[in-house]
Amino acid sequence: MDVGIDLEGSFIQSVTDLGVPAGAAKAIWMPLPMILMLIGATVGVLVTTWLERKISAAAQQRIGPEYMGPFGLLVPVADGLKLVFKEDVVPAKADPLLFTLGPILVVIPVFLSYLIVPFGQNLAIANVGTGVFLWIALSSVQPIGLLMSGYASNNKYSLLGGLRAAAQSISYEIPLALAVLAIAMMSNSLSTIDIVEQQSEYGLLGWNVWRQPIGFIIFWIAALAECERLPFDLPEAEEELVAGYQTEYAGMKFGLFYLGSYVNLVLSALLVAVLYLGGWSLPIPISMVAGWLGVSETSPWLEIIDASLGITMTILKAYFLVFLAILLRWTVPRVRIDQLLDLGWKFLLPVALVNLLLTAALKLAFPIAFGG
Amino acid sequence: MNLATGVQVVSFGILAVMMIGAALGVVLLSNIVYSAFLLGGVFVSIAGMYLLLNADFVAAAQVLIYVGAVNVLILFAIMLVNKRQDFIPLPRAWVRQVLTAVVSLGLFILLSTMVLATPWSFSTGPAAGDNSIVLIGQHFFSDFLLPFELASILLLIAMVGAIILARREFLPEQTLATELEQPVLTLPERPRQLVSVASDRNSSLDKVERQK
Repeated sequence: MDVGIDLEGSFIQSVTDLGVPAGAAKAIWMPLPMILMLIGATVGVLVTTWLERKISAAAQQRIGPEYMGPFGLLVPVADGLKLVFKEDVVPAKADPLLFTLGPILVVIPVFLSYLIVPFGQNLAIANVGTGVFLWIALSSVQPIGLLMSGYASNNKYSLLGGLRAAAQSISYEIPLALAVLAIAMMSNSLSTIDIVEQQSEYGLLGWNVWRQPIGFIIFWIAALAECERLPFDLPEAEEELVAGYQTEYAGMKFGLFYLGSYVNLVLSALLVAVLYLGGWSLPIPISMVAGWLGVSETSPWLEIIDASLGITMTILKAYFLVFLAILLRWTVPRVRIDQLLDLGWKFLLPVALVNLLLTAALKLAFPIAFGG
Repeated sequence: MNLATGVQVVSFGILAVMMIGAALGVVLLSNIVYSAFLLGGVFVSIAGMYLLLNADFVAAAQVLIYVGAVNVLILFAIMLVNKRQDFIPLPRAWVRQVLTAVVSLGLFILLSTMVLATPWSFSTGPAAGDNSIVLIGQHFFSDFLLPFELASILLLIAMVGAIILARREFLPEQTLATELEQPVLTLPERPRQLVSVASDRNSSLDKVERQK
């Protein structure tokens, strides 16, 4: 089954026709999707911060940003500009090298993880065989950056915040990985593209949420904790720790943390959409629609519509989850650090293990429904 | 040499320099926190080497386990037990350093002669690539079953040990007794009347106040 548009193949084909060797053509192609994804991720952050303000305002019966552009759409731009022009302060007793390296180490793994997010059959930067596992491995690098910036700030609150952040992201990584493992077991692959394909056969009914409801909830809770969103934003709990590891940061270094956290939120939402909500597949399978219209599934215009609908569907699903995360922020109170660790280790971990065993048993019992 | 092999050679060079430089930094720097962070750099470069060898699963596992777990644990230990005390220069410390250098050099020479002397048999089969997870799984449950299970038992033992250390009730009585004999710390403010243990101290405080 190789339906869909192969942009990479046709690009390389057209460049080699101009007389460029195949290797060089591939080298010319490679940076294009990466740059596109970088721009897409950054624009996604701008949209998310605007949504955060607007939805928060609606949740509190305010109007929110109004005068900066239509509906306050220019607020994120103003935010970014302000951060760029602010003075870049390094505290006198801080360790300047580690202080600078910390935010960079936090941001890079998040952007690298976009490598595995698919928007269509051939619309991903790379179809890596290790797929989601790569994402889990990359997100485990983040605590090092947090510890580094917490330590280098030479401030008690920062160090405590850094330690908390690292402890939190280590403890929620395990339920997260176990939930992903159950999915991988059902789709017989770690590649994100295979995972979506396995769900896309029956439209809405084939999505993994119905087969993995417990896994979906575990994954979503753990992903929120990994992103340090409320109710799990302990590392920067204002009332207790000033701003945690971000206390001493200003200007663009703080901006990197800010960017990193929102990129991570969008990335987590995208991955929930890919793993549980059928990724780019429509609620009604496209082959069925083609059957109703009496068109061949491989006709070019239908493929173009399918691809653009796929991108729209992935982004729509992701932003629905972002919306949920923002609503959760204003509904659920912050947990204490001991409640947080209890929830991670004593509740989510056993439940995730049971979910994994249950999936294995169901896979053996009903190989048709659970990807035998 | 085409583009792909050129990129491979260049990245091998960069990774090798990174790895050796970071490893030397781990050993030679006196600031233990820098050493710990550089250790993370060594692990990441090793993961890059695995990527160059077409072993992407091993590379991801290397990052997950060594950078994400082992190195973070080391950093935690350092940051929670951070005694900021200066090293007292020992008399004749250079003897130790020279001895360490001799031992390390000897090990290096021994290992490099082993590497050069062994007739390595290169695999002629195609690289596993994306299929590597399936192959690794098959090996785990066939010819590498015993080492795999032994490693799991080792991890289980470590986990039980960690739980016993964390839950103090399983430890023998005497260690608990010494812990209980710590001086009871009281706040400078006047203790509450409700606490029965503190009643005698209350009366003494009252006396002090009456004397005033």
